Amino acid sequence: MQLKRRQKLIMTVLGWSIALLMFFPIFWMFLTSLKTEIEAVATPPSLFFQATFDNFRVVQARADYLSFATNSIIISIGSTLLAMLFAVPAAYVMAFFPDKRTRGTLLWMLSTKMLPPVGVLVPIYLLFRNLGLIDTHIGLIIIYMLMNLPILVWMLFTFFKDIPNDILEASRIDGAGRLGELIYLLIPLALPGIASTSLLSIILAWNEAFWSLNLTTFKAAPLTAFIASFSAPEGLFWAKLSAASSLAIAPILVLGWFSQKQLVRGLTFGAVK
Amino acid sequence: MARSGNNRKRRPSGTLVLIAPSVISLLIWMLVPLAMTLWFSFRRFNLINPFITGFAGFDNYRFLLQDPALLTSLINTVVLVGSVLAITVGAGILLAILFDQPFWGQSIARLLVIAPFFVMPTVSALIWKNMLMHPVNGVFAYLAKLVGANAIDWFGDVPMLSVVIIVAWQWIPFATLILLTAIQSLSQDQKEAAHIDGAGPLMMFFAIILPHLQRAISVVIMIEAIFFLSLFAEIFVTTSGGPGLATTNLAWLIYLRALLEFNIGGASAAGIFAIILANIVAIFLIRTVARNLET
Repeated sequence: MQLKRRQKLIMTVLGWSIALLMFFPIFWMFLTSLKTEIEAVATPPSLFFQATFDNFRVVQARADYLSFATNSIIISIGSTLLAMLFAVPAAYVMAFFPDKRTRGTLLWMLSTKMLPPVGVLVPIYLLFRNLGLIDTHIGLIIIYMLMNLPILVWMLFTFFKDIPNDILEASRIDGAGRLGELIYLLIPLALPGIASTSLLSIILAWNEAFWSLNLTTFKAAPLTAFIASFSAPEGLFWAKLSAASSLAIAPILVLGWFSQKQLVRGLTFGAVK
Repeated sequence: MARSGNNRKRRPSGTLVLIAPSVISLLIWMLVPLAMTLWFSFRRFNLINPFITGFAGFDNYRFLLQDPALLTSLINTVVLVGSVLAITVGAGILLAILFDQPFWGQSIARLLVIAPFFVMPTVSALIWKNMLMHPVNGVFAYLAKLVGANAIDWFGDVPMLSVVIIVAWQWIPFATLILLTAIQSLSQDQKEAAHIDGAGPLMMFFAIILPHLQRAISVVIMIEAIFFLSLFAEIFVTTSGGPGLATTNLAWLIYLRALLEFNIGGASAAGIFAIILANIVAIFLIRTVARNLET
């Protein structure tokens, strides 16, 4: 037993060292956000300082930060709602009424996810320009909806398959229509699955930075693009950058921690269990 | 499985309309941009000079192939994707084994390890660029000074390595999370049986754990490869493809040609290149997923 205890102690030290090392950049950013600008660039880095929340106040007070944050919320939630509207019925049909084409359809949907965004940047950019969709909420909502749709259908499909068919069949005899069955029976039953699928969709949309950098400028730009705008002038406002970044990642970090299990399921298309 | 057997025969009415929106929108999403990219790649097309028009034949492709930037960007892409894959999968396996062992505060430590994956790419790139790798005020410069070494100008001297480190930091959590899930599905009996047979830790690793992880590893490699092929935001906020072309990957080259030089034809030809590369990976990924799919 003594040996086992020692082994556990070694594992604890090792595991925590690595965990702290991996987390250090994020921790350092949080720390910097509590410093003044002068402390933020001090060498040697100041570890003990009078913590201040001024940066957060300044960042919040800047009207544009709020508008970028609002854009992020509108775009990630909007694209998620739209995608779920498409994905839930499709996954319902494929899970409960599979036919010989279902398998092929699922794999084909997955294959649309394989198209690299850079390969279609040119036509999407031109289409958006001609349709007046550059720098609009609806433009990014559509792109993110299409980008995440295969993952959502796939994830919902695996959740729906866990629901026994008997429950739905019983109501079918009662004469509930197809849509009624979906809305009144399946959705309440599969609510946890639907919730975690939505969560993943929000996380992916919130953090997406290829289309947001290329298709927005200011009006509809989400936080990813706002933070990127800090990349040019250096040194002068690290503390404010850190405060803005902390605000931008905090909600997603928490959501991500809650949904780690579902994340594996969604991102590997059920290939890893 | 019995229920799919029951339902396979009849396809009830009113189901097609439920699945059609998804299928049709994805079909458009896939075909229209692809067809347009292909079309533009054979056209003379420059956004700032409307007088350049007409059919270009294979000119765009010829110019692209003669452009030394293409080879550089392809090599950079392969180096970037390859080294990040090697680091994330290697570290992912080690971390998955470590976090499969019981230790004090393990679940909290695990949350800390996976955290970088949820940080948006522009934020993580800027944390590294400004606060860690900055040659004067960064933490690394300070640490170098502590041991009496000269601070490294990360993005000036070793730009590609810097980008690799940032991207690896973001994706080690992903590999760890997936491989940990796979390791935990290894039955305890199997591990104990090996123990009783007197297998040492190394033997355990090569004879049992690694073969068990094989499929999960290949899934990680393929999913990451597809993401890394379009790596953009990290380069956008750190090096802008430079210095020179040192960190210009295929994604950055396309961006450069299309949105900075307005050469739509050339950018589209490069886009076709990226699509072909991605498809080679995708074929293997879909085959792996298909083997595991029950409908």
